[in-house]
Amino acid sequence: MYKKLLSFIGEYKKYAILSPITIIGEVAMEVAIPTIMALIIDKGIKNNDISYVVKMGLIMVLMAAVSLIFGSLAGRYSAVASMGFAKNLRGGLFRKVQSYSFSNVDKFSTASLITRLTTDVTNIQNAFMMFIRMAFRSPIMLICATLMSIRLNAKLSIVFLCAIPVLGIALFFIVIKAHPRFQKMLYKYDGMNAKVQENLIGIRVVKAFVREEHEKKNFEDTSDSVRKAQVFAEKLIILNAPIMQICMYASIVAILWFGGNMTINGNMGTGELASFITYVMQILMSLMMLSMLFIMFVISRASIQRVYEVLQEEPAIKDSKNASVSAADGSIRFENVNFSYFSDEHNLVLENINLDIHSGETIGIIGGTGSSKTTLVQLIPRLYDTTDGNVFVGGHNVRDYGLETLRNEVAMVLQKNILFSGTIKENLKWGNENASDEEIIEACKSACAHDFVMNFPDGYETDLGQGGVNVSGGQKQRLCIARALLKKPKIIILDDSTSAVDTATDSSIRAAFNEKLADTTTIIIAQRISSVKDADRIIVLSNGTINGVGTHDELIANNEIYREVYNSQQKGAKE
Amino acid sequence: MPNENNKRKPAKPKNVFGTFKRIFSYMYGFKVHLILVVVGIILSAAAGVAGNYLLKPIIDKYIEPFIGSENPELSGFVSILIIMGIIYALGALSTLFYQRLMLKVSTTTLMRIRNDLFNKMEALPISYFDKHTHGELMSLYTNDTDTIREMLSNSVAQFISSAITIVGVFAAMVYYSWQLTILVVVMLFVIIKVIGAIGSRSSRGFKAQQTALGAVNGYIEEMIEGQKVVKVFCHEEKADEGFDVINEQLCNASTHANTFANILMPIMNNLSYLHYAITAIVGGIMTVNGVGGMTIGTVVSYLQFTRSFSQPITQISQQLNSVLTALAGAERIFNVIDETPETDNGYVTLVNANVAIDGTISESSVRTGRWAWRHPHSADGTVTYTEVKGNVEFDDVYFGYEPNKTVLNGISLFAKPGQKIAFVGSTGAGKTTITNLINRFYDVPDGKIRYDGININKIKKSDLRRSLSMVLQDTHLFTGTVMDNIRYGKLDASDNDVYAAAKLANADSFIKHLEDGYNTMLTADGANLSQGQRQLLAIARAAIANPPVLILDEATSSIDTRTEALIEKGMDGLMEGRTVFVIAHRLSTVRNSHAIMVLENGKIIERGNHNELISQHGKYFQLYTGMFELS
Repeated sequence: MYKKLLSFIGEYKKYAILSPITIIGEVAMEVAIPTIMALIIDKGIKNNDISYVVKMGLIMVLMAAVSLIFGSLAGRYSAVASMGFAKNLRGGLFRKVQSYSFSNVDKFSTASLITRLTTDVTNIQNAFMMFIRMAFRSPIMLICATLMSIRLNAKLSIVFLCAIPVLGIALFFIVIKAHPRFQKMLYKYDGMNAKVQENLIGIRVVKAFVREEHEKKNFEDTSDSVRKAQVFAEKLIILNAPIMQICMYASIVAILWFGGNMTINGNMGTGELASFITYVMQILMSLMMLSMLFIMFVISRASIQRVYEVLQEEPAIKDSKNASVSAADGSIRFENVNFSYFSDEHNLVLENINLDIHSGETIGIIGGTGSSKTTLVQLIPRLYDTTDGNVFVGGHNVRDYGLETLRNEVAMVLQKNILFSGTIKENLKWGNENASDEEIIEACKSACAHDFVMNFPDGYETDLGQGGVNVSGGQKQRLCIARALLKKPKIIILDDSTSAVDTATDSSIRAAFNEKLADTTTIIIAQRISSVKDADRIIVLSNGTINGVGTHDELIANNEIYREVYNSQQKGAKE
Repeated sequence: MPNENNKRKPAKPKNVFGTFKRIFSYMYGFKVHLILVVVGIILSAAAGVAGNYLLKPIIDKYIEPFIGSENPELSGFVSILIIMGIIYALGALSTLFYQRLMLKVSTTTLMRIRNDLFNKMEALPISYFDKHTHGELMSLYTNDTDTIREMLSNSVAQFISSAITIVGVFAAMVYYSWQLTILVVVMLFVIIKVIGAIGSRSSRGFKAQQTALGAVNGYIEEMIEGQKVVKVFCHEEKADEGFDVINEQLCNASTHANTFANILMPIMNNLSYLHYAITAIVGGIMTVNGVGGMTIGTVVSYLQFTRSFSQPITQISQQLNSVLTALAGAERIFNVIDETPETDNGYVTLVNANVAIDGTISESSVRTGRWAWRHPHSADGTVTYTEVKGNVEFDDVYFGYEPNKTVLNGISLFAKPGQKIAFVGSTGAGKTTITNLINRFYDVPDGKIRYDGININKIKKSDLRRSLSMVLQDTHLFTGTVMDNIRYGKLDASDNDVYAAAKLANADSFIKHLEDGYNTMLTADGANLSQGQRQLLAIARAAIANPPVLILDEATSSIDTRTEALIEKGMDGLMEGRTVFVIAHRLSTVRNSHAIMVLENGKIIERGNHNELISQHGKYFQLYTGMFELS
């Protein structure tokens, strides 16, 4: 898991390596300095040797300067490396998500993918920087300081050689025990955030049902369980500092006693004693840093796990990139198609579908809620793969096409459609990057969008804002149709795409389609019979199977479901 | 951890002291805890300083004099070490003690703030949510409470202890040698300058980073939400390219910002070494020349002091930043808490009622299935009861979400109990707005809305809403089982009530096919259900509440007309003698209404039943014949 993530360092590997190296330089100086300090006291001040003190003082200043340079470089390198890493990781994740097919996106849910690409990446970035700065610094400091102090006085170093394992073991146990508790806490946090989010989205429902008190009580329980989980996890972590202090203070007292005796016996200088204490502090501090690092790790582990899941997810649909197949015409054929969203034979949403659609035909699809109308048409541009059976477009199996080739031939206007921030023209150009202004106007006229676009003060240059918030639902749907038309596809699918368009406009759009897109295979999913009744053939879907196929008149005559739907919409017109 | 900063918004708090006091006010009931915490912090910091304090006498009195002596007098040495040990032990214990107490105080304080925030959120008027994004409010619960948490559990304690250490060490330094202290002051000046210079650069950097991060996150959000469209148009590579550009900008900005943050530590550290070297040289010269009675012990402990002096200063400079960001976050939270909640001056309440044969109404303490408005009259102290029937009357109502931009222009209408009233019109004509006024999501500035003859401004909001059931354009479900979600309409409903409501809404058959039937967990707003299924659940939820007035706002837009016809039958039974408001695009849904209002630009341009409107040959006729152009 970590290996996979670390591979995103990429071109910043140099900095990720340079950073610890410069840190070694910085630490080396930092460790050497106390020795110089000892020399200044023991050899210089004790012997009233001012020139020695000055000499050593200058050396020390020099070392501090070296250490400063190394330290600043390390700071720079670690910033470059970790921000670069985060950039690559973010980019990698974004690309990965772009490669996802519909079923992958369904699996994660949009909201969760967004959190993973934003908050989680930021958490990992911070942990990574902390890691490359501290993970090397602390152990190196630990080793260097230990070596130096052993060199200074091997006997005395037994004191902290005893203290280190005591502290190490204690910190280790704290971290091990804290890990599951922190995970539990983060889980509770997620739950609380979900609760808030839900209330934000559904605030009108809460208010309409006067459930404010109910929600408040619920939230208070959630909030309290977060508090409890927090106390439970952190009461272990706060043991760190006192344990550390006890070890450090005990070592200092012990060193003063043993070292003091040695000094009295002339086996050690006073300065040496002082620098020895500095070393002990350095050693224990670095142990402390290590344990903090582990905690950081625990906290970021959840984020790492979530990001890793995104990276590990295999796109459900593999693009056969080198395929050179192209569609001969706009014909579509379904052969014994079964489909389940979970590839589960017992949970089929489409069963035994056989269909033959000729190029240039207009097909209407009618069916009740959950009759899998949308599912059926999504198989044509291969947004999902069939569970069993095959779908052919223009004479070739859809699996033999390059995805881009296929989807350029099959334009689809989704039920839940979206425009992006930018101008109207920019959005329309999604259909065809090189579309001329005439082509754009032509498409908009077919989709009955030209008139209202021209009514905006900025016309086609009108800025839509995020999610296309500046246009009404019906206008949005018409722009989406125009966008799809610009592809000049062989097949166009409208999935309930005119539900928010008034009926008069709806019929003029269909008239334009009949006139201008006579050679294009058109598939229209609709709730209103009026939207499909002029189609060459109408397919009636019921519970994932084809219940009837025929023209409007044929179906009225011999399809019970169709007749029922027709009557329910027709009622009143005849009253 | 200077790199922590990049999560935070760089905004400065406006009222540092006031905000502090406000946070403090949430610590009610913890007075003793807080006093003990402060004592603990002081003891713990003092122990550290005292330890350093003792180094000098130990070296000067108990080690130096005996160097080389055969029979050193060690009893004094032993006792001073014992004292030192006790002080240290006390220090460590008080650290443990205050941290444990503070943990309790800080988590509870945070919980209280969170609860207050949530309670306020629930009380805010709908218009507030129109003006603020979800992300904005969410970040109050995540980022901003996090910063307060950080401040309460770390910064405050560190701040106090650093300050104590600085003061203590400084006092000791002055006491030992005022001459060397001049050096310290000079050094302090340099340090503050350096922190200021680097700090301002890095905070400017973090501001730039925050802007870039906002752009990147916005892009991610938009592209992932539109992921399916991206796929359909094979726009993946374009999206990647667009992302690379802003991602690179973010990388540059954050590298710049973090570089400055990262180099602060080494600079501070090495400045302290420089200080050390200078002190050693000067101190050495003074000792040799005997200036100011300088001894080796003094120099040694002085040198120790210089080390323990710089550390807390660096710490304070870092903590200062996080304290300021936390206060800015707290201010954002308090701003929301200080928002004016939905005002409610209503005094007419909804009560269960018994209606006698002669029509007299009396209040009942149990659910009778009939309700009455309890209307106290302040003038003479009497109380009158009006049976809740569902008469709704609009009298020349004007309304706009923003001043000077009216959405409704003089709407007048009258709905009798048992009537089905429909609103028809294009998007933005004001259909949803009318229903939002009935349940007082928004208040009317001009004109009157009367419910059973009572001005709705006089009715208590919660009671008004209880007497109405709404199925909204966007269906929202909550985390919980299907059963819980239906029961949301009536919390004390029995399981059988729930089944009946589900059957009525024609939801029973699909629910039974779910994995765990009625006990299936719904998560993330019912993401595992289709739009149509969610609408059926929302209808069941409204049906179980069984109110006198039902508002259906595009409630069946994703339900096919056959299922809709089935629901309608059930609803007709339920709504017998009650009022229904329907908004629908699909004219087949509204055809059998008693009255259809055709809205355009906030005005009712046509009204009447289906046949009347058809014979008028107006807008409705156009819409309707547009649908059945050939029949």
